[in-house]
Amino acid sequence: MDTLSSDYLPILVLLAVAVGLGIILILAAAVLAVRNPDPEKVSAYECGFNAFDDARMKFDVRFYLVSILFIIFDLEVAFLFPWAVAFADISMLGFWSMMVFLAVLTVGFAYEWKKGALEWA
Amino acid sequence: MTVAVLAFYAFSIVGVVAALMVTLSRNPVHSVLWLILTFLSAAGLMVLLGAEFVAMLLIIVYVGAVAVLFLFVVMMLDVDFAELKSEMVKYMPLGLLVAVVVLIQLGFGLGAWATSEGAMGLRQAVTPDAAVTENTKALGLLMYDTYLYLFQLSGLILLVAMIGAIVLTLRHRKDIKRQNVLHQMWRDPAKALEMVDVKPGQGL
Repeated sequence: MDTLSSDYLPILVLLAVAVGLGIILILAAAVLAVRNPDPEKVSAYECGFNAFDDARMKFDVRFYLVSILFIIFDLEVAFLFPWAVAFADISMLGFWSMMVFLAVLTVGFAYEWKKGALEWA
Repeated sequence: MTVAVLAFYAFSIVGVVAALMVTLSRNPVHSVLWLILTFLSAAGLMVLLGAEFVAMLLIIVYVGAVAVLFLFVVMMLDVDFAELKSEMVKYMPLGLLVAVVVLIQLGFGLGAWATSEGAMGLRQAVTPDAAVTENTKALGLLMYDTYLYLFQLSGLILLVAMIGAIVLTLRHRKDIKRQNVLHQMWRDPAKALEMVDVKPGQGL
């Protein structure tokens, strides 16, 4: 476990530098920047005319479908990683179980393709 | 205090504060951003525990995909917050009641929780020695044959989720024109074109 922690030390240092830099930049903007706001400056600017309505509006549900399909294939790939790492030592049963898993998801993929869920309009 | 201990305290404090901010911030989009910070600090804690595969999975799946989905849902909700706040007073007693019931259930559950003597040994017995095998490989060796049924079950759950999402949300619009490439390529000039001999001075 100690070796693992030392492997990740550069990432920790990078993280610390990133957080530190972010805080410094935000603080610098808060401390150094000149600010004298008036109603016109802080109001929403939309190419010269007044804003029509709120930015919060209903999304098309198809964005949701795309992202859910993305998550499902993301998880499928996540299952592939340990399998690939242990591939040299894995049993024959383990190999074929992954093949069945992939086949099941390929059935889903074929269904999705046939239904036209991957097409936009 | 070693670096690992320092990192542990940093990640856990950030995690708890971010989790609090998820519930306390008024803007749901900010809540989702705080949730991403919670996931990230949890991933840091997982790395400190030695479970690097879980940590990377937390970043790939939760930060990369689930948080984006949450953001979509938040944006799709189209909530009027002033109306929500007036409703909140009405449902406050019921909500508090449910919260108290859940809290009591959690108390009972945790109160009855006892760890048996051999539990740690039993859990370690199935995995290869952590000092020799790295945890991603250990997981790979176990998951695909020892836990075959659970693995296949997860595949079927993913299939059901995929089909369910398509059945629930897919609507094909009939009123728009679509491009059909094969249809275009197989179009026959003999059927599509007609040659007309137009006499000079006459119209068609």
